[in-house]
Amino acid sequence: MKAPNTFTIIEAMQWLEAGDGTSVELTRACLAVAKERRDLNVFITLCEAEALAAAAASDERRAAGKPLSKIDGIPYVAKDSYCTAGIRTTAGSKMLDDFVPTYDAEVITRLNNAGAILLGKTNMDQFGHGGSTENSGYGPSKNPWDPTRVPGGSSGGCAVALAADMCVFAVGEDTGGSIRQPASFTNTTGLKVTYGRVSRWGCIAYASSLDTMGPMTKSVVDAAIVLTAIAGHDPKDATSAKHEVEHYPAVVHDDPAPLKIGLPREFFAEGIDPEITATVKAAATRLEAAGHTLVEVSIPVVAHAIACYYIIAWAEASSNLARFDGIHYGHSILKDAKRESVTPSKLYDVYAVSRSAGFSAETKRRIMLGTYVLSAGYYDAFYRKALKVRTAIVRGFAEAFTEADVLLAPVSPVLPFAIGEKSADPLAMYMADILTAPINPAGVPSLALPAGLVERDGVTLPVGMQLIGPQFAESTLLALGAQYQRLDPTYQQHPIV
Amino acid sequence: MEPTSRPNLTRDDVLHIAQLARLTLTDAEVGTFQTELSEVLGMAAALDAVDTTDLPETAQVTGQVNSVRDDEAAAPLPLEDALANAPMSDDHNFIVPAVL
Repeated sequence: MKAPNTFTIIEAMQWLEAGDGTSVELTRACLAVAKERRDLNVFITLCEAEALAAAAASDERRAAGKPLSKIDGIPYVAKDSYCTAGIRTTAGSKMLDDFVPTYDAEVITRLNNAGAILLGKTNMDQFGHGGSTENSGYGPSKNPWDPTRVPGGSSGGCAVALAADMCVFAVGEDTGGSIRQPASFTNTTGLKVTYGRVSRWGCIAYASSLDTMGPMTKSVVDAAIVLTAIAGHDPKDATSAKHEVEHYPAVVHDDPAPLKIGLPREFFAEGIDPEITATVKAAATRLEAAGHTLVEVSIPVVAHAIACYYIIAWAEASSNLARFDGIHYGHSILKDAKRESVTPSKLYDVYAVSRSAGFSAETKRRIMLGTYVLSAGYYDAFYRKALKVRTAIVRGFAEAFTEADVLLAPVSPVLPFAIGEKSADPLAMYMADILTAPINPAGVPSLALPAGLVERDGVTLPVGMQLIGPQFAESTLLALGAQYQRLDPTYQQHPIV
Repeated sequence: MEPTSRPNLTRDDVLHIAQLARLTLTDAEVGTFQTELSEVLGMAAALDAVDTTDLPETAQVTGQVNSVRDDEAAAPLPLEDALANAPMSDDHNFIVPAVL
């Protein structure tokens, strides 16, 4: 029999419903691997006592015939950007090293109300700034497929927790690829939702017009279950959509009607690792053999989308991070100061010295870039220009969706890279987002899932693909993704850990 | 600083941006950021190649305008919660250096 920690949500649900085991056993099995494999550096905060107490309460509910939902008792991890009441939340930054929120993010509230068990808060590039977890204040996470390589980022801890079976599912956050790229690097599944599909309330912001909260799972079917639990309008997030929430698990069991699948030329351009291109094209051919039609499409503005994405993201990040003032919360020179020593001349220092000590070099870089593109004299040339190019990107995708129902493309131009390989070169690190970042300015959904495994330098490494759809087409993406996983069982392969 | 699409930042430019962003930098950081920010902004300047003459700006993609909730009174964040993570506070206030 499979060890409980290796279960998908579907398997865990059946196991609990049949009475074959308890939530406490399931939670213990996950915690045991989490503690055995501390070398992978997944957790910033492990909530062992809280998780076991919540699991025992879940078992009591189930024994009384009153589970809160189908996922009652199923253990998950959350990226450390989700505020959790009474549980330290750092967003991967020493700026928030001792920050304990007094409320839960809306996604956490919904999962709590469904009875899911929070095992802990996982590692990430601080404030979402990065694609490798190397920009964490708590050290990089390791890719279980090859611990000398990065697991991707910024939601890297979530991806490793799934690949190494330390949890059954996870919730991450994607601003420019932060769910999809780590999914691709670890042979797991991740859904970047339509902007506004899931409430952002209580999630520490990176770039507010691009940030999306979504499921990270061991299968597409599981992603549909988590999405149903967390999606929907939230009055506390004015940008959350009132668009109806479909019952996504209902669409993933039958194959979708034949679809036109577009292969956007710009996502298969030069500069993409040839083995990644070949693997993703082979995956597309599998879907063609199953009855779908492949068409070539082109979105020329995508070539410039990375610059548009970064200008907007830097600008919004610099604005969002202005709230760290050394006064309300976060790292501060006031922390250990005596009240008498707080003289007027110190006000600028409270801001500047506190911020400079709390933020990493990469975060300072993004704040300064954002400040620059928003500053007098440069606003028109950079920020306003990017907002106009954003319109071209939105229209480019809309036009592509007149020719195809869904787009299929690689997630990353490179295989999981070595820890340290790109960390000294910000531009090289930014370019790793070149295939994921174009999606966020358009606000459309994209489902990342395993496309195959390749051998490189004596190790087996995962290759991911993304299925991109029009706004609110999550059900189409999930149906097609689930069909793909019935055709290709690669997603079931986990690294030996 | 004259507007230019291919900025080559000086040390003074870096110090000015840092001051606007409320960051203090060491001498070494000023040098590093001078090189890195110039290089990265060069990448961003690639947008010059896109003709945006007739394009409006897009700041958000939800299509929602004036999203407001019902004007119903609800309990605010309790005082002790608001002050819970303050580095310096008394029973009712955040303590800050005098501004004047």
